[in-house]
Amino acid sequence: MSDRVGFFTDTSVCIGCKACEVACKEWNEVPADPQGFSGASYDNSGELGADRWRHVAFIEQKLPVGVEGGAPDSWVREAAKQSLVEQGVAAQSDEEGFRWLMSSDVCKHCTDAGCLDACPTGSIFRTEFGTVVVQEDICNGCGYCVVACPFGVLDQREEDGRVWKCTLCYDRLKDDMEPACAQACPTDSIQFGELDELRERAAERVEVLHRRGHDEARLYGESEDDGVGGFGAFFLLLDEPETYRLPPDPVAPTRRAGAAWAAAGAAGAALLAGVAASFLGARS
Amino acid sequence: MSPGGEASLVPREQPSTYYGRPVVKPPVWKPEIPFYFFSGGLAGASAVLAAAATFAGRRQLARRAWAGAFAGVAVSPTLLIKDLGKPSRFFNMLRVFKVTSPMNLGAWLLAANGGATMLAAALNARDGERRGGAPEIAAAALGAPLATYTAVLISNSAIPAWSEARWQLPFVFAASAGASAAGAALLTVEPGEAAPARALGASAVFVEQAATLLMHRRLGDLSSAYEEGAAGRYGKASRALSLAAAGLLAAGRRELPPRAARTLGAAAGALLLTGSVCKRWSVFKAGFRSAEDPLQTVRPQRERIGRRGGGA
Repeated sequence: MSDRVGFFTDTSVCIGCKACEVACKEWNEVPADPQGFSGASYDNSGELGADRWRHVAFIEQKLPVGVEGGAPDSWVREAAKQSLVEQGVAAQSDEEGFRWLMSSDVCKHCTDAGCLDACPTGSIFRTEFGTVVVQEDICNGCGYCVVACPFGVLDQREEDGRVWKCTLCYDRLKDDMEPACAQACPTDSIQFGELDELRERAAERVEVLHRRGHDEARLYGESEDDGVGGFGAFFLLLDEPETYRLPPDPVAPTRRAGAAWAAAGAAGAALLAGVAASFLGARS
Repeated sequence: MSPGGEASLVPREQPSTYYGRPVVKPPVWKPEIPFYFFSGGLAGASAVLAAAATFAGRRQLARRAWAGAFAGVAVSPTLLIKDLGKPSRFFNMLRVFKVTSPMNLGAWLLAANGGATMLAAALNARDGERRGGAPEIAAAALGAPLATYTAVLISNSAIPAWSEARWQLPFVFAASAGASAAGAALLTVEPGEAAPARALGASAVFVEQAATLLMHRRLGDLSSAYEEGAAGRYGKASRALSLAAAGLLAAGRRELPPRAARTLGAAAGALLLTGSVCKRWSVFKAGFRSAEDPLQTVRPQRERIGRRGGGA
């Protein structure tokens, strides 16, 4: 799809303000959900779910002291000194080697979406913008998409029984407006646009960061060769995906369905054969 | 230090996590679902057993097994509908035919098998001399996949303990279904007529134990999801019940007074049925435990990346 749109979330400039979470809730009238002190840094909203379609993760890291060779340590310190002043990189460390990682997570709007494939009613569909949306007037609350998502994005809303997730502001897209979270983001950490263009922009950004010594910067979900055919909403990360609670090698369950069906066919045939054999053996 | 607290400048011995929180969501399915795995398996395998008995001219076994299959297909939709968040929208499952969704195919399979089973059961109840025909063949042909597709349903997911067992789970489910069908027949059929059910029960227990063993071995670290907590307790109970049933079936091979043979058969049947219920609960609970542990999700993916020889 040439006009497929999506998000590029550049976590290197996320400041953890949660404007995206608030804007999403306001625009989409997403119900309040329990919040409180979680003990997990500034994360007081937990995770993506039926009532949270953007979630900001906070990771506090203290780099190991006395790393052999010393090179990585000094590089981080060097980078830290420069970061805020020269590069506008917010998610960075102080001179003691302490660093903050902040990242606004969202539905990935996968090319091969496990939720969409699993949905038995056709409630989950792909829009004309290439995004993945749940039609709430069709969803019967079977919950299959909840376990089919490799990212744990979807969940059932208890009081109403149906499943809800990010729509990439389907209603706003139809009116040529950008999604609420992207509009609210004060640092352009969340960028909205045509996917091809976003990918180019992201590749340039990684190059810039690498040039400035941030070798740990990497894109996550931009490649169509991954297990879900690429994300419609991909990320620039400063650590391994799992540090942000993102699966390092997600695979759409559907891609392995052939093996499962083959095994089920063989097992069904074995059942037929076993029953037949039990009559032959019992003939006497 | 929290599991997520280290930076990635030195290679990690173990993947980091986000405050030890799960990556994937646990199922939202309620207890109706493992009971449906059981009732659907009972219906499917009983239809196969009943059809074979009809064609073999074993009248009593045929009638009782059709009754078992009928009970299974009558209960199953009720369980499925009750589990839905919006039960009134059950028929939305049948507004599309969708090959990528095992749940959708399962709904069609259940409907088709249910129709054939009800017809065959009615014909067999009415005509005591019936030798079998198209309804029996259809019910058996649809019964075998009905007994195994639920394994595809759960292995077609992001839950590691389920998806990584996609080759073995269908055999575990087929054997568990065969054991339950044999158990229901043993409970209701005279010992003199129940020889095929005894043979089926014994071989089903053997296959189930072997497939479970193989599954645990192939799962490696992930098998802990099946061995700990509630899943482990149900698993142990299932194994004990099934092996006890097999023991009774072996004891029943000797000549026994009719009364003793009947008691022994009924006891073996009850053990097989409860063993099958426990097996489904064990697998069901293992999914929750596996989803809860982020390392179960991340570690196999890291190993996959390692085998490909690339970075993240």
